[in-house]
Amino acid sequence: MKLKKIGVLLFALVMMFSLAACGSSSTSLKPEGDKEAGASGQQKPSGEAGLLNGAGSSFVNPLFSKMFNEYSKEHTDVKVNYQAIGSGGGIKQLTAKTVDFAASDAPMKEDEIKAAGGNVLHIPVTLGGVAIAYNLEGVKDLKLTPANIADIYSGKVKKWNDPQIAANNKGVKLPDTDIFPVHRSDGSGTSHIFTTYLNKAAADKWPKEKVGKSIKWDNVGTGAKGNEGVAGQVQNTPGSIGYIELAYVIQNNMTAAQVQNKDGQFVAPSLDSVTAAAQGGLANVPEDLKIELNDQPGKDSYPIVGTTWALVPEDLGMDKAKAEKMLTMLQWTVTDGQKYASDLQYAPLPKELQDKCVAQLKKVKVDGQPVLK
Amino acid sequence: MKKRYGDQLFKAIAYIFGCSIIAMLGLMVWEMFRGSSFALDKYGLGFLFSSSWDPVTEEFGAWPFIYGTIVSSLLALVIATPISIGIAVFLVEVAPKWFRDVVGFLIELLAAIPSIVYGLWGIFVLGPIIREYIAPVFINTLGKFIPFFAGPSFGVGIFTAGVILAIMIIPTIASISREVIMVVPDAQREAALALGATKWEMIRTAVLTYSRSGILGAMIIGLGRAIGETMSVTMVIGNRPEVPDSIFDPAYTMASVIANEFNEASSDIYLSTLIEIGFLLFAVTLLVNIFARFLVWTTSRGIQEAK
Repeated sequence: MKLKKIGVLLFALVMMFSLAACGSSSTSLKPEGDKEAGASGQQKPSGEAGLLNGAGSSFVNPLFSKMFNEYSKEHTDVKVNYQAIGSGGGIKQLTAKTVDFAASDAPMKEDEIKAAGGNVLHIPVTLGGVAIAYNLEGVKDLKLTPANIADIYSGKVKKWNDPQIAANNKGVKLPDTDIFPVHRSDGSGTSHIFTTYLNKAAADKWPKEKVGKSIKWDNVGTGAKGNEGVAGQVQNTPGSIGYIELAYVIQNNMTAAQVQNKDGQFVAPSLDSVTAAAQGGLANVPEDLKIELNDQPGKDSYPIVGTTWALVPEDLGMDKAKAEKMLTMLQWTVTDGQKYASDLQYAPLPKELQDKCVAQLKKVKVDGQPVLK
Repeated sequence: MKKRYGDQLFKAIAYIFGCSIIAMLGLMVWEMFRGSSFALDKYGLGFLFSSSWDPVTEEFGAWPFIYGTIVSSLLALVIATPISIGIAVFLVEVAPKWFRDVVGFLIELLAAIPSIVYGLWGIFVLGPIIREYIAPVFINTLGKFIPFFAGPSFGVGIFTAGVILAIMIIPTIASISREVIMVVPDAQREAALALGATKWEMIRTAVLTYSRSGILGAMIIGLGRAIGETMSVTMVIGNRPEVPDSIFDPAYTMASVIANEFNEASSDIYLSTLIEIGFLLFAVTLLVNIFARFLVWTTSRGIQEAK
């Protein structure tokens, strides 16, 4: 009898606690509209000094996981908790000051920086190519110009044997079948890189209104969720074409088209050709490191390349010991940590760019004092 | 005295639990209303009927999503209902007892498969089958006269989504229908047989007629599930925010657009619009479920009166 009573009470307690837990977690989905969190002043992210919280780009997640894991082995007092919730989500969390740093595949817009309250530094952490994968039996070396790709994705070129495609593919027997373009259905940095590229390399065919993480696609083809979704759709649908992160294409042994670069050469996507593009882009790196690596000069440069940035507020609202730990960690990420990139199919940052990243990290201040020496 | 104190404590706790459901529902409605108020103010009722979806210029309309949700769910219902009723009738009236238990268990197992597994199966197995074998049959016959069945099919689209959804709601409809058919009094069956009906006539006149509104309720609960289903549909429907011309064209649903775009929705109006779509979806599902409860309640009352 007594035992039963205790059981009932325990059950009740458990239920109450679970209810309370539900209640407290439901506040995280606040719309950006109310800026209460930002207005209440310098809220310092909680947690002990050794635990660093980051969130954002899912593209960089495999590399970050590997890097942070290795870093924690050498520096046992630092643990990094990175959540791959998407670039936009990372920026939102940085604005709400619930994370210490964010990562994004697209640079922050002016109004986003304004909302974050104070300048946000952009530090490139890795480079990624976007490959144009296709599924066409018997065709191994497809060559495409930027105009071809723009025409395919806007429904102007509908058949594989269209004269415009055939013009760059002399001697290749192209079938008389429909082209089925596949794009990302979820908002993604990969779409941002791809559409920025088309706008840059074929501006007359791809207007500015069609550049972004999610855009209004023309009434052709289909949208698939995530890189794995696009890859699956392309592998499964004869006649399809899709843009996918390079790492994915290499790991899945997919066939990817050679794309014509700024120098008129057709270049296949690979780590080397992506790094070559970064070399080509080094000549004009802007002060704020918001580099745009699409369509760079150089005969070996692959033209569709994007950057992932770590985002750190210039004026860090946290105590100095923690700030130092975080900046040292990020400094390691852009220098020594780069050696883990190639194994995971990411292109390492060129040396000159690494130095610029470190210089950028040295600008970060706590209470007006620079942290890194 | 001691005993009464325990009872009152229990009563209070039970009340808290009971009311927490109402509070949660209310809170959800309130939060979604608050989140979507920006979009509600900006677009008003026109939001429901506009077909433009352009995140870059921030022009939003929900009509393609509403259309896609309704058509894919109705398609699922049309496919699933006859199969489910067939299963239910077979299990109650025809199958031997040992077989009934095995099949009944398997059907319930079907409901336990995670929807992402259905989605993957849809991409890799069902999509190609529809593209190669099923769609050409429709396109070459009906498609010649009715544009709604015209091709080409690439394996993803509203038809594939409908088939996946049908498979997912069959367990729901079949098991509820089975319960409803089982409560048909044996006297009804015996009376029909005594009047000289064959087994099929007995099932049609005595069993199905008697349980029709319960079966209708089962269908609507299945429909509610189809409307809200997200992951598997997102993977096979093609995610194109346009009202499709043909049943084999890619389309989009309300649940899918939220799953796809919420993560990267950075501007206030974009986020608010997605929350408004969630609000719409919530309202539709709630209405469908209330309707279903009402129908099932009418049946069970009818049976009690008959006794």
